[in-house]
Amino acid sequence: MSEALVLDAIAAPEALEAPVGVAGAGLLSIARVGACGVIERVSAFDGALPAPELERRLLELGFVEGARIEVLEEGLFGRDPIAVRLDDTRVAIRRREAAAIEIRFDSQADA
Amino acid sequence: MTDTTLAPTRLALVGNPNTGKTALFNALTGSRQKVANYAGVTVERKEGVLTSPSGRVIHVLDLPGTYSLRARSPDEAVTRDAVLGRLAGETPPDVIVCVADATNLRLVLRLALELKQVGRPFVLALNMFDIAQRQGLRIDLEGLSREIGAPIVTTVATRKRGIEDLVLQAEALADSMPAGENVWHEPSAAEIRAAHGEAQRIMKAHVRPAERPDTWTSRIDRVLLHPVGGLLILSTVMFVMFQAVFAWATPVADLIEAGFVGLGGLVATVTPDGLLRSLLVDGLIAGVGSVLVFLPQILTVFFFILLLEDSGYMARAAFLMDRIMGSAGLHGRAFIPLLSSHACAIPGVMAARVIDQKHDRLTTILIAPLMTCSARIPVYTLIIGALIPRTTVWGFLNLQGLVMFGLYAAGILSGLLVAFVIRTLFWRTASEPFMMELPTYRWPDPENVLRNLWQRGMIFINRAGRIILPLMVLVWVLSTFPYPPEGATGPAIDYSFAGMIGHFIQPLLAPIGFNWQMSIALVPGMAAREVAVAALGTVYAVGDVEGAGQVALASILQTQWSLATGLSFLAWYVFAPQCVATLGVVKRETNGWLWPTVMFSYMFALAYLASLATYRGTVALGWG
Ligand SMILES: Nc1nc2c(ncn2[C@@H]2O[C@H](COP(=O)(O)OP(=O)(O)O)[C@@H](O)[C@H]2O)c(=O)[nH]1
Repeated sequence: MSEALVLDAIAAPEALEAPVGVAGAGLLSIARVGACGVIERVSAFDGALPAPELERRLLELGFVEGARIEVLEEGLFGRDPIAVRLDDTRVAIRRREAAAIEIRFDSQADA
Repeated sequence: MTDTTLAPTRLALVGNPNTGKTALFNALTGSRQKVANYAGVTVERKEGVLTSPSGRVIHVLDLPGTYSLRARSPDEAVTRDAVLGRLAGETPPDVIVCVADATNLRLVLRLALELKQVGRPFVLALNMFDIAQRQGLRIDLEGLSREIGAPIVTTVATRKRGIEDLVLQAEALADSMPAGENVWHEPSAAEIRAAHGEAQRIMKAHVRPAERPDTWTSRIDRVLLHPVGGLLILSTVMFVMFQAVFAWATPVADLIEAGFVGLGGLVATVTPDGLLRSLLVDGLIAGVGSVLVFLPQILTVFFFILLLEDSGYMARAAFLMDRIMGSAGLHGRAFIPLLSSHACAIPGVMAARVIDQKHDRLTTILIAPLMTCSARIPVYTLIIGALIPRTTVWGFLNLQGLVMFGLYAAGILSGLLVAFVIRTLFWRTASEPFMMELPTYRWPDPENVLRNLWQRGMIFINRAGRIILPLMVLVWVLSTFPYPPEGATGPAIDYSFAGMIGHFIQPLLAPIGFNWQMSIALVPGMAAREVAVAALGTVYAVGDVEGAGQVALASILQTQWSLATGLSFLAWYVFAPQCVATLGVVKRETNGWLWPTVMFSYMFALAYLASLATYRGTVALGWG
């Protein structure tokens, strides 16, 4: 997904409603508090950092395929940034960079 | 083993942030520490010494925290280069101590795997082992040690447990294990993924998850990170900190100031009138006093910062402020330095250390002096009191208060604007994404806090003082020499270099409505902003500006300054870099004269433009 598309999704409020408790894949950038699942793919894009650099930083902080993730908190303005539980750690990230992280969300029954 | 001529051994501490590295460093070296800068970079170099039970001298280097040897910031580059033995002017460490938070092993295991590639002997210190035990975390130490190929020591840095064992293991490694081949290279994304997989496998095999994991952090976060409640709590915390600076630090600062004035008076009575007395009293004693007077504020601000950092709240504050600061291109962590700058830019500039990324930090330092510091208050009060009528506008607002508020707002807004301009014009690509770990909440350790506070104070006195004091003496020389000729009638300063400079730059300042008295007062006013009030008193020859003198000065200004001139002077003080102490600290913090020069120039340019616009605008409105 291109960055522009992702940012559109952040801007459009209805897109924010989607993945709470709904099974299926989606981007971390549009996840709401309570959403949890497993990281399926980390694929960075060029932004403030070149894509390969962003990807490695995300990986180094623990955003790696297979890690369990849960959205814990969100900021006041534009629900940004977000705080997530990432396996045993807690990490804060802006939604902009979170768009590089694809999640397979748990279905409600599992959660 | 107990040779009398054992060569000193060098240890280097490496680890993720928030693993208790600083606490471990303190536990190892106690008070035998030295803080300096690495050559050529602004990264702090902390080294300490200890003597092992076998009598060996051990040097310990505390390296900046990192998640990877792949350096992303100047701090992390130091860590990488030190570990690889590439750091100019440094002897490579004999043994690396990899510090890990035992309750949070996954990320550090990946770092340990990277360290293994370096080939230098290393020992893994599983710190916070008390918490791990409390949580019922089961770690197979032997298995883990075999997998990573390094001995493991469990430690509780804050209780000084496991320290002797750590030293023993490090010594054994230094004696037995030669450095192997370095096969480290910057890992690619694929290699990081593979290392994660490996770390995951090791975790599965040797670490049984906590039986009673910490649930407090999540519970506290639900309150402290609440979108609205969290911001309210943060405002409260900041309000308390701000209050403390004024309620605790200012009286002490006043006391120090009074003490030095008293000392000056005492010295004046025992020295003959003349140059020596003036040098001692007005130059040296006043100069030393002007350095020490900042200490209470610095210590108060850092006391709060250390509590916030060690408890884990600092990362939350950055989280809450990130969006607001981010709109000006600043990092969330810039919030606290900028708030501190409202007390005084000096602790603010020093506090910018909490920002890792170089450009984020420099931007914050550059705009810190635009925040309205307490030294501007005497200047503002004098001018507002003299020239702004005490009327009520819109039924309830006091005009004088409104102007004061406007000056504060002008400082903040211009600061954010300057940051925005810097980030959009100059350092566009360098803007860091905000990504950080939110550490587990912990009780700050009093000993650690006090030790680090002591260190901050000493750094300020030793390093910044060495710059501030000579600059103060320079300002004194400028305002004292040469002496007025025999039978001169004007104030002595009029004949000094300061007077000459004042007269010289007066044509330059005429367009912004400054008369020659103001131009002269600006020169000694460089020592500190509030000195300008005293300097105006001197040039208008009212003598002591305390008490009655202040009233006298205000009434002189009332008759001699137009409203336009007064407003122009206020605008000047919002922006002008009228404080050599700040410039000195910026020099110390950025390790060179480049950034103080940039700061000085841009602030003067802004001050001139703002005063010009204010003066011309007011005159055009017919209030000249
Ligand atoms: N319970 C416990 N707390 C610790 C231990 N080591 C450090 N701490 C605390 O953890 C916090 C972070 O420690 P610090 O040394 O600043 O971490 P650094 O960021 O790695 O330098 C501080 O509040 C310390 O008091 C430990 O072994 N046990």
